[in-house]
Amino acid sequence: MPELSRRRALTAAAVLATSAGVPAVTALTASAAGSDHHALPSFDEVYKGRRIQGGPSSGGGHHHHVAGYAVFVDGVELHVMRNADGSWISVVSHYDPVPTPRAAARAAVDELQGAELLPFPAN
Amino acid sequence: MTVRKNQALLTADEKRRFVAALLELKRNGRYDAFVTTHNAFIVGDTDNGERVGHRSPSFLPWHRRFLLEFERAVQEVDASVALPYWDWSTDRSIRSSLWAPDFLGGTGRSRDGQVMDGPFAASAGNWPINVRVDGRTFLRRSLGAAVRELPTRAEVESVLAMPVYDMAPWNSGSDGFRNHLEGWRGVNLHNRVHVWVGGQMATGVSPNDPVFWLHHAYIDKLWADWQRRHPGSGYVPAAGTPNVVDLGDTMRPWNDVRPADLLDHTAHYTFHAA
Repeated sequence: MPELSRRRALTAAAVLATSAGVPAVTALTASAAGSDHHALPSFDEVYKGRRIQGGPSSGGGHHHHVAGYAVFVDGVELHVMRNADGSWISVVSHYDPVPTPRAAARAAVDELQGAELLPFPAN
Repeated sequence: MTVRKNQALLTADEKRRFVAALLELKRNGRYDAFVTTHNAFIVGDTDNGERVGHRSPSFLPWHRRFLLEFERAVQEVDASVALPYWDWSTDRSIRSSLWAPDFLGGTGRSRDGQVMDGPFAASAGNWPINVRVDGRTFLRRSLGAAVRELPTRAEVESVLAMPVYDMAPWNSGSDGFRNHLEGWRGVNLHNRVHVWVGGQMATGVSPNDPVFWLHHAYIDKLWADWQRRHPGSGYVPAAGTPNVVDLGDTMRPWNDVRPADLLDHTAHYTFHAA
């Protein structure tokens, strides 16, 4: 799918050129004192060719229910949720808990098979 | 009276009518409204906040009402159609007739998970994935890839044997029948089936795959089976529980129905005695 690949490439270029997504995560980390997620480490890595980032948030992004932890794939927020036992899920892997938000981000990249994530709520 | 039947026992004509009704609901836009509603609840329901559709006692009555709404929509297209159920503890193979081209179509191809046969394949042109969380507009599945085995009958029996409907803290950390059936704890029934199917069924927009309705119709039947085994056990909590739908509280998004109104399925449908 050439069009999809081109859009993916443009998204990746935008992330690299403008660091879109990075300010959001670092700013949210700085303001996260008091959040019950503040003990969770932030992360920022390239996994299977895609940039995944995560960090505590204080209600940024779409979080209409709780302040918590925000995860991004190539700068687009991935909706994640923590379960009562400390495990994590995301909107693209909602019935399959994994141990950490980074594992949820990696599972999302696996699931997406290169497709772009749509901003939430996009529909 | 609506009679819900095991999908394995449907006649060719019943399959054809069910498929045609779904395609019509997709065409006229009503189908996608159900996908939107489900995703809104699945991202809004949290273990420490308000929770209605999932990870809470109302998981079962919420889905019972959700399926009733969908079944009514189907019957407005074809009054002869009832929702079939998929007993995945029996029909547990990708070679099941459920996945044949005359019904739901099979698993996705390895390259991108795209379903290539059946009435819901993107190539047939009748099943665009409009309510989605990523750029892909085609139905996807990877049957048995992310988890190898569907639940066994013995695992189902072990959950049906649990005498208490639900327990504090009334979320994904609870002990009791509801959370073991939902699958956040223990042998994992409902959640595992979503993962086994893969594709959109593993996501918040899982009703994009028509098998969603057959899966939940069987979960709903297991609730009815549990009630018959434990006539002295009722829905809990009864009252006064923050963030949780008590027996007499109304449920969003309908706001006109309580768990108490949905405990007896026979007011709405019965199950075909095979």
